Amino acid sequence: MNETIRGLLVKFGNLPVSVDQLQDDSDLYTAGLSSFASVQVMLGIEEAFDVEFPDTMLNRRSFASIAAIEGCVRLLTDREAA
Amino acid sequence: MNVAVVIPDTSLETRARRVAAVAARQADAVDARACFPREAVDTMIAERLLGIQIPVSLGGEGAGFAEIAEVCSILGQACAASAMVFAMHHIKLSSLVEHGLESPWHTQFMRRIAAEQLLLGSATTEGGIGGNLRNSICAAEVAGGICRLEKDATVISYGDHADAILITSRAHADAVSTDQVMTVFLKDQYTLEKTHVWDTLGMRGTCSDGFLFRGVAPAEQIFPKPFAEIAAQSMLAASHLLWSGVWYGIAADAVARAQAFVRAAARKTPGTTPPGALRLAEVSTMLQTVRSNIVAGLKAYEEAKADPERLSSMGFSVAMNNVKLCSSETILAIVNHAMLICGIMGYKNGTPFSLGRHLRDVHSAQLMISNDRILSNVASMLLVHKLDNSLLG
Repeated sequence: MNETIRGLLVKFGNLPVSVDQLQDDSDLYTAGLSSFASVQVMLGIEEAFDVEFPDTMLNRRSFASIAAIEGCVRLLTDREAA
Repeated sequence: MNVAVVIPDTSLETRARRVAAVAARQADAVDARACFPREAVDTMIAERLLGIQIPVSLGGEGAGFAEIAEVCSILGQACAASAMVFAMHHIKLSSLVEHGLESPWHTQFMRRIAAEQLLLGSATTEGGIGGNLRNSICAAEVAGGICRLEKDATVISYGDHADAILITSRAHADAVSTDQVMTVFLKDQYTLEKTHVWDTLGMRGTCSDGFLFRGVAPAEQIFPKPFAEIAAQSMLAASHLLWSGVWYGIAADAVARAQAFVRAAARKTPGTTPPGALRLAEVSTMLQTVRSNIVAGLKAYEEAKADPERLSSMGFSVAMNNVKLCSSETILAIVNHAMLICGIMGYKNGTPFSLGRHLRDVHSAQLMISNDRILSNVASMLLVHKLDNSLLG
């Protein structure tokens, strides 16, 4: 999952820094993630994991770091499985 | 000695109306000469309107956005430039009230604003960023507890008249363009070198000249939160709601003039309905739409206010952007409609029904943060955010 998220950040994140250099808990906004790019990454994640972000997750905190995104996706895939 | 004690009417609305009376008298001159509405702002200071948003514990009155938007509307009915200066001051003040309470310096500064009625200016635009205020080129240089900043600020509204400027920049020399901070600089901590003169179609009295800003201040004057959070959690809502209050005021005055025109005609020819009457009925629905839209926006803000997560959610952002889009577009149609009603008397300057100033002023609304930029942001968010289809929200 972590790999897929990092791959989507490389593809759609449009970050001025290399995604490899980011820690799981690095702040993605400080790293330069724009709100437009965060939507593109979200769309990529929805498609890759076959999930849909509920509106309660559509805020800055959900996309603040790779770990935060992973947390959201895990919650959504667990919910689907349950 | 007997001294007559006059207890002044201290309700916010009455104080705002006293300012509006002064603003209305000078509105045409301010517009014609593109000069700062000094008398109106001096009256705001005398009525202590510049500190109303500050918490009572810091010497203010703890007024919320709804009360402030009402003042914006009252002033907007008199002089759009005066109203916009008031609105922009309170948009900057909202950043302090919502994000400055944890910082001793900013808290103390709020006390000073309330006590001395200081006027706050804003420097968020910069040459080369293409109008996107969530990007900066200039960077704060912080060393030894001192913050230095130089910014090619293409617009600082009433820059020459502000007592302090809240200015954005990158957080440090290596920060990416979106990693921004906002810093308060007091008048004696900066110099302004004029680079552009504000000679515009409307909103002429806001004197939004361009300046090369150079400032040096203690680093504690930098806001303790990233600007991205300030922008999302208070500036977005404050800007769109308070600007909309001003715009509603301009449109409401245009409709009031149109109504006066129709009523004057009706009184001259009792028994027949004047030709403008139907158009007046039509324009009243548009005005009501704008008002309802703003009131719904103010309500949405009140409900979301206590929850930073909700404030930075896409749903809230879409709602605030839509308030701005609706009010900025509809007021143009409203003033145009009023002009159709008043005819040549509305087109001419110097009549009781003149609407030229209103028409020019409302044209600024779709450009202050370009509606095209806002639409494309909403478009992007709607790719993931599902619209709330409930009637009451």
